[in-house]
Amino acid sequence: MTTPAMDNNPLFSHLQCRECGRHYPKDAIHVCEFDFGPLEAAYDYPAIAQQISRAKIEARPQSMWRYRELLPIEGEPLVGKHTGFTPLVRADRLAERLGVKELYIKNDAANFPTLSFKDRVVAVALTRAKELGMDTVACASTGNLANAVAAHAASVGLRSYVLIPSDLEQSKILNSLVYGTNVIAIEGAYDQVNRLCSEVAGKYGWGFVNVNLRPYYAEGSKTMGFEIIEQLGWKIPQHTVICMASGSLLTKIHKAYQEFGKVGLVQETPYSIYGAQAAGCSPISTAVKNNTETVRPVSKPQTIAKSLSIGTPADGYYAIRAMKQTGGTAEDCSDEEIISAIRLLAETEGIFAETAGGVTLACAQKLIANGAIPRDESIVLCITGYGLKTQEAIAGHLGSPTVIRPNLQAFESLLETTGVTPF
Amino acid sequence: MSVPVRIPTPLRKLTQNQEIVEVDGLTIRDVIVNLEKAYPGLKERICDEEDNIRRFVNVFVNDEDIRFLQDAATQLKPGDEVSIVPAIAGG
Repeated sequence: MTTPAMDNNPLFSHLQCRECGRHYPKDAIHVCEFDFGPLEAAYDYPAIAQQISRAKIEARPQSMWRYRELLPIEGEPLVGKHTGFTPLVRADRLAERLGVKELYIKNDAANFPTLSFKDRVVAVALTRAKELGMDTVACASTGNLANAVAAHAASVGLRSYVLIPSDLEQSKILNSLVYGTNVIAIEGAYDQVNRLCSEVAGKYGWGFVNVNLRPYYAEGSKTMGFEIIEQLGWKIPQHTVICMASGSLLTKIHKAYQEFGKVGLVQETPYSIYGAQAAGCSPISTAVKNNTETVRPVSKPQTIAKSLSIGTPADGYYAIRAMKQTGGTAEDCSDEEIISAIRLLAETEGIFAETAGGVTLACAQKLIANGAIPRDESIVLCITGYGLKTQEAIAGHLGSPTVIRPNLQAFESLLETTGVTPF
Repeated sequence: MSVPVRIPTPLRKLTQNQEIVEVDGLTIRDVIVNLEKAYPGLKERICDEEDNIRRFVNVFVNDEDIRFLQDAATQLKPGDEVSIVPAIAGG
């Protein structure tokens, strides 16, 4: 059962409906009772502006919690104390291949502990679950979220259930099972898993991180945007490319850029946000290309980018508005383009991204080639998860090791065939 | 013909906490009209001012989203179950 919300953090003032603006208490609730609009955390920005400073942030440990004034928790962070502050890599070799001047990779493939950006959202959601007195947490997941919920729950002794589509990559299933969570595989697509979870969520008093804890969960994504700004030397990048499943991450990076401006941490300079999807599940990019705000759901997603296979994207509408407002746009790419992009990123920067990262880079390549992103301005690509999580997708595309007998002669005759001669 | 309608948690205050209610209707539109008669206030939660189903509301007939059928004009047959489900975040 949940305990009533405490009100220890005056900076995080209440929950608010994104559609009608009605206020709600800081409980385990996620939609407005009047119009089903999503509830979002609201803050006292003038008070935060008084309390926060670059120096204060820079003096804190290197984790996502260095921005805690802008996160929706009441007390001290309780879960994921080492999550976040992943590298922002200046990607000059990739920049040369793409023909651009200033390119960065925000590398959440190196996020702790489960190697995807989902560790950020779960750290916030489970901290809030503990504050609300919950003993069991759960999620609907395409894989990465399940890994993050299982690991973080284990680390603080919460019971957990993760519900996933039954056709997920083996490594993502194993990466949940190892933490001793209850993995429930549903015979159906993610949207069916989602629907089941929304029906289960109210029934058992559990904290479903992306259902009744969603207003807290979603805010965790902002830390990826905060870090980008700080790591760029307190500047907003001119162009940011983000992959989209539900579209939530994109809207929250946009919110992060706005909030840092609002509280005076960064100069409010113009920026554009771009969304990337796989062609086999592209309800949001299709709507953007058709110049409509109506997202037509995809009933049977078909792409190797399973972590992006959400046919009914809950935040699609807000993602479209964020792209429009900032002068960005959306793009999509084929499975072949995803695989080539994964290889390109690995071969130029030594970063192995999962399929969703391939989607980000493949779409960025198109946006640069067609002139949507100018070649002489700063560009950040958001890589959201690690490549070994989706190894099935590229296993057959990389060739295989050359096998030789264990002697010098065998080695030398092999090198001869490639034209390499001894020193 | 009456069909069972699954009510999501945020709307159960209007259905005296009932999770499933039975209402008459041959189409989704009928069902919404009759839901409003039995539980006043429900319709404005589900539909906007122009009578369209709200952006953040998903309505299912059995396992199918009505946006893949004929939206509010979707026909119902005996044995069907209607579910009203709020949109939820990614994973």
